[in-house]
Amino acid sequence: MALLELKDVNTYYGAVHALRGISLNVNEGEIVTLIGSNGAGKTTTLRTISGLEHARSGSITLGGTPIHQAKPHEIVRLGISHAPEGRRVFARMSVRENLEMGAFLRKSGPEVQADFKKVFDLFPRLKEREFQAAGTMSGGEQQMLAIGRALMAQPKVLLLDEPSMGLAPILVEQIFDIIKEINSRGTAVLLVEQNAMMALGIAHRGYILQIGEITIEDDASALAKNPKVKEAYLGV
Amino acid sequence: MAAGTVSTVRTEKPRSALALPVIILAFLAAMFVWMGFTQFLNALTLGAVYALVALGYTMVYGIIELINFAHGDVFMVATFVTMFVSGTILNQKEGIYGIPQLILSLVIVFAVTISIMAIIGAVIERFAYRPLRRAPKLAPLITAIGVSFILQNIIQYLVGPYTYNVPQLFPVDWAVMVGETRVPFLNIFVITVAVSLMALLQLFISRTRTGKAMRTTSMDRDASSLMGVNIDRTIMITFLIGSGLAGAAGVIHGLYYGNTNFQVGFQSGLKAFTAAVLGGIGNTAGAALGGFIIAFVEVGAVVLGFSRWGGAVVFSLLVIFLVFRPTGLLGSHTGDRA
Repeated sequence: MALLELKDVNTYYGAVHALRGISLNVNEGEIVTLIGSNGAGKTTTLRTISGLEHARSGSITLGGTPIHQAKPHEIVRLGISHAPEGRRVFARMSVRENLEMGAFLRKSGPEVQADFKKVFDLFPRLKEREFQAAGTMSGGEQQMLAIGRALMAQPKVLLLDEPSMGLAPILVEQIFDIIKEINSRGTAVLLVEQNAMMALGIAHRGYILQIGEITIEDDASALAKNPKVKEAYLGV
Repeated sequence: MAAGTVSTVRTEKPRSALALPVIILAFLAAMFVWMGFTQFLNALTLGAVYALVALGYTMVYGIIELINFAHGDVFMVATFVTMFVSGTILNQKEGIYGIPQLILSLVIVFAVTISIMAIIGAVIERFAYRPLRRAPKLAPLITAIGVSFILQNIIQYLVGPYTYNVPQLFPVDWAVMVGETRVPFLNIFVITVAVSLMALLQLFISRTRTGKAMRTTSMDRDASSLMGVNIDRTIMITFLIGSGLAGAAGVIHGLYYGNTNFQVGFQSGLKAFTAAVLGGIGNTAGAALGGFIIAFVEVGAVVLGFSRWGGAVVFSLLVIFLVFRPTGLLGSHTGDRA
């Protein structure tokens, strides 16, 4: 059974029909990527899953529990973490305080302390900057913090929105290695990317999103070979 | 972790951390020498009222970017609650005989008024502002003006449009002599209460889980909700605390000035709002600072013989100040939200 499942989800911004009947699923242990051009509805899909946007119809379930009526904070509690587009770290708080906010719903104790250590292992850079204000860090460091912060909630599913945006190629590779590492430790990942090549390189499966609709669904390796995908998203 | 790193790299600007208290102390000393002890105490007391009310403006603005025009009237209602609670206590005890009774009465007045105002503030948020959470900013602003009128009209209807005496719980003639000057205990008490409440608020915001949720919600509401922060609850708590502080300001006003009327919220509210802007809207320490500065300017105008021009002086200085520093004294600098 799918861990996270969307069935025929429709989301509107006022009169604009942004998601036109999206159905997708993420299984346990998987990295699934959602690829599409600007304005296709990738970010809206993630925002609808985490409750920031309201799905007008359709259903979203996590481990069988419907979550499309739940508020964002309830959805976090159920096990979905979302590292949003543009990082959205708390600029005037330190790196440590940001990570503490990631664990907002958890009782502080040895388990949370262990997760601090895990995040600092994944991102040694954050350990160096532990008491620095997040807003003063570089884009790459902020992206690391946004992912680390999302991990502090101990999610079952991690939603990542364009983690490569605005980063130097070498940093992008680093971030993608870390996403793989996070996944190998047991967290399912739904990855939204414009950098289709990189995303398909680490994903198990992928969906192509066009103007609010899913047009192609396949294994990542098959998508990477698909001529239509190659032409439209891989720049070949 | 290395202990040394904690002190060297902190999130706030280290430059102002030390400079600010020095500037404040120098300012207070200069005022003390210039206006004399009596007016100095008067300004501090007035400043305590403005600062407590300003905190409510700045907290609400910080978290939902609403100029809560009804906040001054929440303060006004608090002065009337104080009037009734004080009256009730004095009637039952037929006067206050000893210090234990006085302390008990004061605790009751503060506790009851603060609680009632906190609840009223939360109710206003729930029914007047929350339904407009996703509406354009102008809609809740107009609603706030509406709530302001509603509160004034309710008081006019229930009590009447006159100026009323607030029964004096705290004996105004208690004082100590310092050299030639008389120092009333009432002023000392009022200033102590106000400053303690402000210190408590700062501790609450910086240390507690709810306080941190308030800070993150004001920085980035969506990101905050993605951390698991209940936004509706956090905003309601902000209104609870802000209105509770206006409640405390209402008690202080009642104790100190001994009278009130249904329009008292308009003037004080505007000046407290000015204090919040002067301090840097959204910044709690700034609002407290702004409250005291406005009070000193106003009392200073009186000392110079411009008592009728108090308001004009205050607002002229504000306009000039904002030209040079639009973000206010401690307001956030651009780039914070990058």
